[in-house]
Amino acid sequence: MIDVLSALLVLAGVGFYLTGSIGLLRLPDLYSRLHALTKADNLGLGLLVAGLALHSQELLTVLKLLLIWLAVLAASAASAHLIARHARRQETTS
Amino acid sequence: MSDTSLLVLDGLLVISLVTLAWTALAGSDARRSVILFMAFGLVLAAAWVRLLAPDVALAEAAIGAGLAGALLLAAVREQSRQPLPARIVSKRSHNKPGVNIALQWAVSVLCAVLAGTLAWALAHALNSAPQNALPRAVSANLEASGVSNPVTAVLLNFRAYDTLLELAVLLTAVLGIFALGPARPGYQSAGPVFDGLARWLVPVLILTAGYLLWVGAHAPGGAFQAGATLAAASVVLRLAGRHQIGLPQGPALRVVMAAGVGMFVLVGLGLLVAGRPFLGYPPPWAGGLILMIESAATLAIAATLVLAFLGGQPRPLAVRVARGRIAATPIPTGKPVSPEGIRSTEPHAAEACHRIQETQKRC
Repeated sequence: MIDVLSALLVLAGVGFYLTGSIGLLRLPDLYSRLHALTKADNLGLGLLVAGLALHSQELLTVLKLLLIWLAVLAASAASAHLIARHARRQETTS
Repeated sequence: MSDTSLLVLDGLLVISLVTLAWTALAGSDARRSVILFMAFGLVLAAAWVRLLAPDVALAEAAIGAGLAGALLLAAVREQSRQPLPARIVSKRSHNKPGVNIALQWAVSVLCAVLAGTLAWALAHALNSAPQNALPRAVSANLEASGVSNPVTAVLLNFRAYDTLLELAVLLTAVLGIFALGPARPGYQSAGPVFDGLARWLVPVLILTAGYLLWVGAHAPGGAFQAGATLAAASVVLRLAGRHQIGLPQGPALRVVMAAGVGMFVLVGLGLLVAGRPFLGYPPPWAGGLILMIESAATLAIAATLVLAFLGGQPRPLAVRVARGRIAATPIPTGKPVSPEGIRSTEPHAAEACHRIQETQKRC
């Protein structure tokens, strides 16, 4: 039961990663690409972490996985903001 | 089933490594190449994990992908801001294409010869040495090493000379960096979002560095990984536009730079005085001595990597700003310093005033 649930979560996470990557390749401009990457990948990683956490035996591993997810969330939100702001400033100056 | 899927994974890793390496080298846009190089480092770290070498994977991810990437990006930025000196440009502009191509070929042939020699040496070593002889020797003596992580046992005990010399190489490199003159000026503040990230990321990085140092005794980790993580904290602070990035000032910085080699040599000489061979730790003390050396080495490695990122001697500017702050106005840390707080007449200080005023305008 837990195995099935874990596999479903991981598969769903992979699906979000796939969507995010397709978005990165296909969307027309930087802002929509950032939007695809940050949203889809963060959710994808969250689902992956949830699936792997169900599989892990120790609480410490679960906490480490959770920490990884939170770190990636913060880092990707901040870097997406910085990239978008940089692009916006270049647009307004030129 | 699992064997085949692992084979597929390994194949994908190899293909991505070769592709990333090729695209990073073949491209003409330096920034793009650096970003591909960072991706290459991350995939390489995954490959090390697959080769059951998590220590190397950690070092590759932290130093190869992270800090080296930051270093190269900073260099690219610097180059795009101030073009090459006229002397080099003029040399390049009227060079002969024939010479250039010949040079390219010469470099390629030399690289190919080097790669071939290395491959031959590796094949020779794998064929001639009895398999598993070294791992068996390590695990047989692991108990006497003072640590239970075989990698740390090799690096800090069985082959401590090698690590001592590695740290000496790092010290030489940092002396070379010092010879480059003053460091590049820092960055402007990156705004509230990055400041917010830095505010909690830096403590987490420092904590992680301490954890990696401590855990190195019995699990993957150690001084190099810890030092790189600690250096990453300073790099984040510098990118956030801080002038104080955790480097000690003045003579203390030199002490920290030399701490790795210094502690190694002190321990070695102490053991000599006590009648043991140089770096031949007595087993009951080995764990403690290794931790002492590794702690000093962590600080030295971190300082070296940060100084490499700075690209020169830290400017005395930061000291003056700090002294001015302490002496003149008790402004809480994190707030911009008022230009009146600086009492020096040095040109650096004038520059600092100007930059502080600029940042205040932006705030």
